[in-house]
Formats: sequence, structure tokens, C-alpha cells
Amino acid sequence: MAANNLKHALFCAIVTLIVAYPILGLNLVASGTEIVLEGATTQTVISVLVAAVVVFLFQLFRDNIMALLGQAPALNSLANRQPMEQSKRLKLESTILTLIIIGALFWPFFVSRGSVDLATLVLIYIMLALGLNVVVGLAGLLDLGYVAFYAVGAYTFALLSQYYGVSFWFALPIGALLAATFGLVLGFPVLRLRGDYLAIVTLGFGEIIRILLNNMTSLTGGPNGIGGIPDPTLFGMEFGRRVKEEGNTSFHETFGIAYSSEHKIIFLYLIALVLAVITALVIRRLMRMPVGRAWEALREDEIAARSLGLSRTAVKLSAFTIGAFFAGFAGTVFASKQGFISPESFVFLESAIVLAIVVLGGMGSQLGVILAAIAVTILPELAREFSEYRMLIFGAAMVLMMVWRPQGLMPMRRIHIELEKQE
Amino acid sequence: MQDLLYFLQQLINGLTIGSTYALIAIGYTMVYGIIGMINFAHGEIYMIGAYTALIAITGLAALGIAWLPLILIVALVCAMIVSSSMGWAVERVAYRPVRGRHRLIPLISAIGMSIFLQNYVHLAQGSRNIGFPALIEGGFRFGSADSFQTSISYMQITIFITTLICMSLLSLFISRSRIGRACRAVSQDLGMASLLGIDTNRIISATFVIGAALAAVAGLLLGMYYGSIDPLFGFIAGLKAFTAAVLGGIGSIPGAMLGGLILGVAESMTSGYLSGEYKDVVSFGLLILILLFKPTGLLGKPEVEKI
Repeated sequence: MAANNLKHALFCAIVTLIVAYPILGLNLVASGTEIVLEGATTQTVISVLVAAVVVFLFQLFRDNIMALLGQAPALNSLANRQPMEQSKRLKLESTILTLIIIGALFWPFFVSRGSVDLATLVLIYIMLALGLNVVVGLAGLLDLGYVAFYAVGAYTFALLSQYYGVSFWFALPIGALLAATFGLVLGFPVLRLRGDYLAIVTLGFGEIIRILLNNMTSLTGGPNGIGGIPDPTLFGMEFGRRVKEEGNTSFHETFGIAYSSEHKIIFLYLIALVLAVITALVIRRLMRMPVGRAWEALREDEIAARSLGLSRTAVKLSAFTIGAFFAGFAGTVFASKQGFISPESFVFLESAIVLAIVVLGGMGSQLGVILAAIAVTILPELAREFSEYRMLIFGAAMVLMMVWRPQGLMPMRRIHIELEKQE
Repeated sequence: MQDLLYFLQQLINGLTIGSTYALIAIGYTMVYGIIGMINFAHGEIYMIGAYTALIAITGLAALGIAWLPLILIVALVCAMIVSSSMGWAVERVAYRPVRGRHRLIPLISAIGMSIFLQNYVHLAQGSRNIGFPALIEGGFRFGSADSFQTSISYMQITIFITTLICMSLLSLFISRSRIGRACRAVSQDLGMASLLGIDTNRIISATFVIGAALAAVAGLLLGMYYGSIDPLFGFIAGLKAFTAAVLGGIGSIPGAMLGGLILGVAESMTSGYLSGEYKDVVSFGLLILILLFKPTGLLGKPEVEKI
């Protein structure tokens, strides 16, 4: 056994070296027209060697380490903790949520402009993640082209305002409904497909939308995007220094206060906050309604759910459409916040980030998803020097979560009875 | 006559690209055939193969070695070793622990791995695209000099021949060797195969290694053909190869070859007669249509859902 372990450990260490050294240790550098090979710093080489040694030692003493880990009390106590009572838990959750919302309402008046802007982005991601949570977390349909619906929302507003001068408040429902229609039309044929095929088809769909946006230059401006998207107005009051549209008044003149560019940013933040809260509440309601129960039933066991008379297509389609609807919402807010959109903002990576948020937060759990959205958006901003490692860490985190804790950091819990183990 | 020559040119280009798609598609189809998961990180393994090949070529050039066959063989071997180690490690780290869980879990793990590998290369080698030396130059031309000429470059011929050799070796390996026989047994019935004394874990690892090695071959060939590589170029190629695998019937090796060729020709016809920008739309559209109307693909076996 020991000899076998040693052989395996050596093999793993060698593979680590092969996998890490050529890519990390030998850098291709362009010098003029030639490409030359440069050795990496000694630090990199040493860390590669250290990694190989660590892998070797871990594989050699794998059984012992695993046994030790299994005994560690801290890990086990968490796993076996009894879930809180449902009523108590709900109360706690709603108290926390109310406190957060109240805090969020007053917070922007005391902080800098940059943080409010970032917070708006966080709220947009919360909307997206809550919407995707319905599709992936509740209904169990892996949608990798979610960003397409986000793009539909954003481009609807951009195009409507460019060609017809439609304002934010009209475009918001139109964008969301159009995104939902896209979801419905796409969902109808593809929802018959099995889980992983569905993932690939939605991914293909997302790419097609992006390529079309990129190439229909006459309509969408192609890669140059669309600029000059108007800001939202408050009952016809604009937030600019001068009124752009006839018939509108400006916010600072109406209230007789000095003009400040911060007003607009705080207003956008508040809109995003209200929309995010609406999204959360609507989905929270839906989860407790028969349709929400049906999503979960179909996710858990499709055959059993169908034999109980649930229509597979109708249930899946409703989840897909509702998810798309909220993506359209988020897209409209995004277009308004940026003032400029281009296909660059709607690449597959965006879908992957939203998916990572849902997975990290715990599929199906609203609070978990909200916290994950905050963490995923803010952490890279806080640790600027690590920002280039952001996606690397995302990818690793997704893998590790699936391996160790596929239910997410804050999994959804519901009332359940477990059978006592019989001796 | 000129139309015919133009058509021939598109056909040749399509078959060239298509045969490399087929090489990558083998990796998808073998893995799917055995454990029923989409190895989303396969495109990245192909990209890493291309990078390793370029590193080897540059390294040899720095050492002053200029004999072309030696350069090609060394680059190929290096790329295959690194890629297959990568394939093995990826399976070990990201897929084996989640095997047998709910369908979505391995898929999400694979997407995470794909993002990780993309950024791993991005951080180590930079995000710019790097020029890949065209080691094989020149070619044949047909047609009169004053009108359209159909050309076949030596590079295209190399791609054809290499693919053909790889495919024949793979077929031989699958049908004759002990491991190949075990692969077929495992893909038919994993549980039964392990009852009969086949080390299924080893066979699954072997599948990943074989798929990754073929992807590395494709990485070297396409790197030379396109003339530049960047950390993101595995993603689209991976999707295309997956499309090819589905088109031919996922799980079927001849299907992957056929699917790759059809997809390559469809793409080059689109760029030749419509517009190059829409070739991705055509291949993704093709993928969606096939999944909708014939999910088993051209040569796949229908899957029976057991209750």
C-alpha cells in the first residue's frame, strides 16, 4: 500500500510540474516582430516547485489527512446543525431584510459618489442574480445565455430612446416585457431538451444575439454601440444642469437647491434599489405560490412531478419567462446608468458571473444570492491589486463549491423530516 | 468555371477547418459517451496545447534548431504531453469528486474550470494575441492566372494528413487495444464493466487523456493555420467542436468526424457566399436546430429514458 501511495504521489507531483511549469515558467514575449521566450522570475519557479512538493506530500499522506479532517469538530458541528424553525427563520429573515432596506435607503446621502455608483451596479447584479435564481436555482434549468435577455432589455431602451425618444419609465416595462417575450419564444422549443443540452442551446442563443447586435450596424451601431441614452426623470423633472426636452423642468430649479451632479446618481441608485426590492418580493411570493412549488417539484424529480399532473412545458416556460423578465428590468436600468451600451457588455462572461453569484449564494436561496452578489461585485473593488485575479478566483470558487458545498454558502432550507437512522 | 473554382476553394477551406474540429470533437464525444457530461473545459485544453506548441517552437528556435520535421515533432509531443496531463488533472480535480451527482453539478464545475484555465493562461502569458509562425508555406494553385485561382496550401495538406493519421490510430486503438476495448465496455455500461473487473476510474482518466492529446494536435495545427493565438480562442473553437460532436451524434466517434467535416464546410460556405461575420451564427443555429429536431445527431443511438 505504501509503495502504491508513493508511486501515485510521485505521479501527481510530476503532473503538477508538467501542467504548471511550461505555461507559468516560460513566457512568450513579443519583441518587435519576433517572439522570444523569457524565463519567469525565480519566485514563480519556486512557487511551482513548492506546489509540486505540496501535492506530493498531500497525496502521500492523503489517507491520514482525510481522517484528520473528518475528525475536526468545527466542520462537523456546522454540517449537523439543526435548521431553525421555519416560522422563526422567516421572521429573522424578514427583519434582516427590512433593516438592510432601511439602511440602504439612507446610506447614499452620506457616502462618496463612487460608492453610490458601485452600489447601483451591485443592485443591478442582485436583480440579475435573483432572476437567474428562479431559472437555475428553483426550476433547475441551466441557462448559460441569460445575458441575452439583459441585452434585450438594455437595447430596447437604447433603441426606443434613440429612434422614438421614449423615456425611461415607458421603456422599463416595455424592455422587461420584450425580454420576457424573447424568453417565451426561445423557451418554447428548447425546454424539451435535457439539462446539459439546454445549457448549450441557451449559450448558443446568447452568442447569436451578441453577434447580431455586433453586425446589424445600421440599427444598433454595431461594435460602436449606442450612446446618449437619457437619464430617468422624476415626474418630468430632469437631473441635468439644463433641461433637454421641452415641457420638462429640472430637479434643482423646482426645489430651489443648488445643482449637483450627485442628485442624478443617487436617484438612479434609489430606482435600482426599489426595482431590486420589487424583484425580491415578487419572486419571494412566487416561490410560495403553486407555480413556485411546481418549479421545485419538477427540478427534484421530473417524472414524479409529471405523473402528478404538472405540465412540464408550462412550468418550465413560466420560470424561463419570469427570469428573462427581470433580466430585462436589470438591462434597462443598466442602459440608463451607463448612458452608453455596446455588445461588449453582453458577453458570455457576464452570464458566467451571474451564474457564479447564484451558485456561490446557494441555489434557490434569496438571501444567499443577494449576499453573494454584493460580495462578488464589491470584493474586487476593495482589493484592487487582486482585481486581475478576479475571474481566476471565480472559476476556482465555482469548482470548489461544486466539489465541497454544492448547495452554496447559504443554502435554501425548508421544513423537512428526516428518517432516524435505524441500527 | 470560375464559380466552380470558387466553390472548390470554399470546400477545401471548409474541410481543413472541419477536420480540426473533428479532432477536438473526439474529446467531447468520448467523455460524453462514457460519463455523460459535457467537458466544458475541453476548448481550454486545446488552447493550452496551442500555447505549449508555440512555446516549444520558440524555444527550439532560440536553441538554433531549424530542421522543420524535428521542430514539428518536438512541438507536437510537448503539446500532447502538457495537454494530456492537463486533461488528467482537470478530471481528477474538478470532475471525479462530483461524478454521479445531479446533472448540473458537474456542468457548473466544468464551466468553473474553463474560466479558471482561461484566466490561468491569460495571467501567465498575457491577453494579447501572439503571432504563431507559419512553419509550412507555399502550395498548389489551379486555374488561369487572370481569373480566380483555387489554391491548396501545404499547410492544408498537412492538416488533412495529420488528422487522417490521428483518426486511424484512434480507430485502431479503440477497436484493437485492451484499453480501447475497456473504453467501449465502460461506455456501454459503467456499472457492469466495473463488476467484470475493469478499473473504470482508470478508463475514464484514459478517455480524458486521449481527448486532450488529440485536442493538442488540433491546437498546433490550427495555431499554424490561423497564424495567431490568444487565451480566449479555445472557447469558441470548443463550442464549435461541441456542435460538431452533437451534429454527428454525441458518443459516436465516427459521428464526431462526420460532424466536424459538415460543420467546417457549412461555415466556410457561409463566409464564402454570405459574410464571414455570420459564420458563428450559422454554426450555433445549426446546433440549435439539430438539438431540437434530431437530438441524437446523424450517427447517434437514440437514448432510452429509464424510470
